[in-house]
Amino acid sequence: MPSVTEILDTMDYGTATESNAHALAWLKQHEAGFGHFINGAFTKPSGESLEVTNPANGQRLARVSQGSVADVDTAVKAARKAYQAWSKLSGHNRARYLYAIARIIQKRERFLSVLETMDNGKPIRESRDIDIPLVARHFYHHAGWAELIADEFPGHQPVGVCGQIIPWNFPLLMLAWKIAPALAAGNTVVLKPAEFTPLTALAFAAICREAGLPPGVVNIVTGDGTTGAALVAHQQIDKIAFTGSTEVGRLIRKATAGSGKKLSLELGGKSPFIVHEDADLDAAVEGVVDSIWFNQGQVCCAGSRILVQESVAPHFIAKLRRRMQSLRVGDPMDKSIDMGAIVDPIQLQRITEIVEKGKSEGGTLLQAPCELPVAGNWFAPAIFTDVEPSSTVMEVEIFGPVAAVMTFRTPEEAVQVANHTRYGLAATVWSENINLALDTASRVKAGVVWINSTNIFDAAAGFGGYKESGFGREGGREGMYEYLVPTWEAALKPAPRAKAAPLCALPPESVDASPIDRTAKLYIGGKQARPDSGYSYSVYGANNKAIGQAGLGNRKDIRNAVEAAIKASGWSSLTAHNRAQVLYYIAENLSARADEFTVRLCQMGANAKKAKAEVQASLARIFWYAALADKYDGRVHNTKSRHVTFAINEPWGVMGVVAPDDMPLLSFVSLVMPAVAMGNRVVAVPSPRAPLAATDLYQVFDTSDLPGGVLNIVTGERDELAMTLAEHDEVAALWYFGPGVKEVEAASSGNLKATWASSMPRDWVSRAQGQGDEYLRRAVQVKNIWVPYGE
Amino acid sequence: MDKPCRMGAALRFEPIARNPGRPLILDWFEDVQVNLSAAERRAASIPTRRSVKANYQAAWLVKALQCIDLTTLAGDDTPGRVHRLCAKAKRPLRDEIVKGLGLADMPTVGAVCVYPVLVAPAVKALQGSGIRVASVATGFPAGLTPLPQRLAEIRYAVEQGAQEIDIVIHRAKVLLQEWTALYDEVAAMREACGEAHMKAILATGDLKTLRNVYKASMVAMQAGADFIKTSTGKEDVNATLPVSLTMVRALRDYGELTGVHIGFKPAGGLKTAKDAMNWLILIKEELGRRWMEPDLFRIGASSMLGDIERQLEHHVTGRYAAASHQPLA
Repeated sequence: MPSVTEILDTMDYGTATESNAHALAWLKQHEAGFGHFINGAFTKPSGESLEVTNPANGQRLARVSQGSVADVDTAVKAARKAYQAWSKLSGHNRARYLYAIARIIQKRERFLSVLETMDNGKPIRESRDIDIPLVARHFYHHAGWAELIADEFPGHQPVGVCGQIIPWNFPLLMLAWKIAPALAAGNTVVLKPAEFTPLTALAFAAICREAGLPPGVVNIVTGDGTTGAALVAHQQIDKIAFTGSTEVGRLIRKATAGSGKKLSLELGGKSPFIVHEDADLDAAVEGVVDSIWFNQGQVCCAGSRILVQESVAPHFIAKLRRRMQSLRVGDPMDKSIDMGAIVDPIQLQRITEIVEKGKSEGGTLLQAPCELPVAGNWFAPAIFTDVEPSSTVMEVEIFGPVAAVMTFRTPEEAVQVANHTRYGLAATVWSENINLALDTASRVKAGVVWINSTNIFDAAAGFGGYKESGFGREGGREGMYEYLVPTWEAALKPAPRAKAAPLCALPPESVDASPIDRTAKLYIGGKQARPDSGYSYSVYGANNKAIGQAGLGNRKDIRNAVEAAIKASGWSSLTAHNRAQVLYYIAENLSARADEFTVRLCQMGANAKKAKAEVQASLARIFWYAALADKYDGRVHNTKSRHVTFAINEPWGVMGVVAPDDMPLLSFVSLVMPAVAMGNRVVAVPSPRAPLAATDLYQVFDTSDLPGGVLNIVTGERDELAMTLAEHDEVAALWYFGPGVKEVEAASSGNLKATWASSMPRDWVSRAQGQGDEYLRRAVQVKNIWVPYGE
Repeated sequence: MDKPCRMGAALRFEPIARNPGRPLILDWFEDVQVNLSAAERRAASIPTRRSVKANYQAAWLVKALQCIDLTTLAGDDTPGRVHRLCAKAKRPLRDEIVKGLGLADMPTVGAVCVYPVLVAPAVKALQGSGIRVASVATGFPAGLTPLPQRLAEIRYAVEQGAQEIDIVIHRAKVLLQEWTALYDEVAAMREACGEAHMKAILATGDLKTLRNVYKASMVAMQAGADFIKTSTGKEDVNATLPVSLTMVRALRDYGELTGVHIGFKPAGGLKTAKDAMNWLILIKEELGRRWMEPDLFRIGASSMLGDIERQLEHHVTGRYAAASHQPLA
């Protein structure tokens, strides 16, 4: 070590290394290898194992077991067995366990921080000051939800056994985000940590044992992707929660299609980091440090697309370059390090490849001039300039410490560029003008928006993405719903799958005569449109006589309907009061024609009494959603002091709704009205057997000030049309009620649209089953906007 | 021509050219944006992103000691009290600690800071030591005496032998955003200082907002301040890291616009060795190595020295030190 006199000259920081003696002692105890944690005990290390290395020096840390199909099966069975008692435990009793876990984590904070840093390569500052405190906070917060579960979530029950697969970037924090809400809600879990970073999960297993958690409530099975696949495929799993790449998320969506498994996916991102000309530029520069150079840039919500207003771009970039001079990269155990090691040589190679591509496409790479250690996986903090929206580095998630910088001219253009991505996880907005900041926050399509801050997390706020960044939220009230299911929905029983004859465009053999021919067309963009096919099909009544014709819609009609719905974007920004007025008006006009609709329902097979009741129930339902249009509010979450964190319910945009055959008017209304009330524009496919109740609504809509394109109706073969909707990348969410759940869910994986698909009949008349929060919740996506304040 | 000055900086560095000041340019600061929450977040990360240990910590503490403006600004100050302070300024560490640290010479503090009527005894006590005498002036601490008297006070202190003058700005001019008036006053003070270096105390605790802090910093520098200083020590809130961050960013911006190096002096409320480390880290991170010298960085403090002594004794002996073992100031 240099002398005091020498240092007085250099004034270097030197090194300040955190001791890892305790972690090493723990690893030594497990030198023989780690088993899985199943049913409250560690299994013997399996023959097949994975080596866990320290990314900062390449040294071996431990051996963990490679989970087999049989291991997963044993763990799931243990979880299933434990579920019986755990789910029946009172919320208070579950809260005690979660509280105990939180307390023990706090007592082990430094040990867990050190272990995390050794395993993952992140700076000890981050694991010590960010990851592990958030882990403890998450368990405390969810001890609260456990306590309150019956009061705050009446009419809900746990989902069952949850399979949870987590990534390597925040190993223990992602575990907390998965396990805490699952347990609070009464589920039991089988969790698979990432193969690169399983150690803190194994340490957590020991904490569960220490907390006296009943065996089988938490099971940890280590292994690689094949272990995860076994978990996803397991028949006894009721829910899969996954955080990781969009690519794997898509595979999981396909693999779980039709299985009845509830699914939440938190996937990749290419989040915009927008710097307006009136921003505090020094603050924004520091934001870049906390955004793309946090955790070596291996953060799904990293602000990897820096969009700077052209007027301040040179100044901002100069400041950023200056800031890069003092970044320190190296041994993550050193307390004076800004950035640690890349998790694995494979990841380093991936980053390097994309960066090389970026250079070959003409981008200019600027890297921090820091010294890098020789052993281990390192990449100096970097930015790309001279990039365009079409550049690879502007489009592809690098998952490393590299941001691409681009300019914009106007706030309008900033939003346009920001939203021009397949992802929608997070966004950061820098501006000292509250009007501009909130306007940008509201227009950017992302699940989390940070104003004048970045990468701020709290257990009380929801986190999760729009578009191909996945669906579902983690944290806060929003997150709890991912681990609960309405009791009535859980009790639904599948209907036998009836074989339906294809719709027939040939002339009917027997016709129920009507005074003047009325042939229903399709309803697209507020106008009746002939089907592209040029065919209509016969709709048969109860007596097997044709009672009318409906258009035989095809994929092009769906395409046209989606185009019309996209154009009707004004509906989403209308006041909720205006939307309610339109809904009331629809009810008013439907009421005026109640008798006509009653007759129509009778024609299609209902008896007079039931038909009348269905019309009245439909009216009541429209009223109900009109009433809720301006009352299904967001929330302001209690997160940090001097922060407003508000969660707003935003419409998906364009939604597909595929209605069932039962009660064709009421079920149709019950599905499209919540969607429309929340501001979505809908492409609806009514019951193919009984479409006329829906097609008769055209005239009701026309007289009710419903803007064209808000509600589009395409009749025809349900499953063919549903598939087109499921595969359509402009459709953000799809509700499907019919037999083809598996096909629809699998097809929805293209743009990872959120689906609500069921083949189980429900009682549409019942207020419990035919309407309610569940419909509203599924008609919106939650955006959490963080607004720190203070002058 | 403003002469360059070394003010005790390490010999490896070129002396700093004095700030000649410049005409008032409102464009440089009027639309400035300073986000409080972001400044607080950055400031909070200063002690957590860097940690300085062992020999490095000892060296950094010696550096902090060399940057201290050892201060007494109390109503009951007497020549005797000032004499004692000066003795401490010349020999801030016990010989065995200096030896234990392996230092060739006894380090000294940056300056001794007193009221104008005590400049003469201080100059006398420090004769031959190379330690500079700084005097507060201009109606310290409130700065609300008439301008001619404030300027006369500066001239008096300079005549008495003060080489550095810590002036206070007229806070009302900031609160009313009367930049020209503020500029004119500070420029007149700078002129009155002559060869003596001028540190402009912004009294940031009175200015309240970081925007005000930035603007006042810029006006003071344009008017010719050699240093900008946070506080008198008499406001409700003294030097804080977010305020200091805002000021060093302002002087960095001024440097980029003019090429002139401005010094920074946090004062008031800095009491511990840990405080000294935090401010040094802030300086190194935001301004770089060159600013970690007494010609560009001072800490206005009195009790901090004792804590630094104890920490250095601990470094040398490995034993925790008692305050009573360190000679009184």
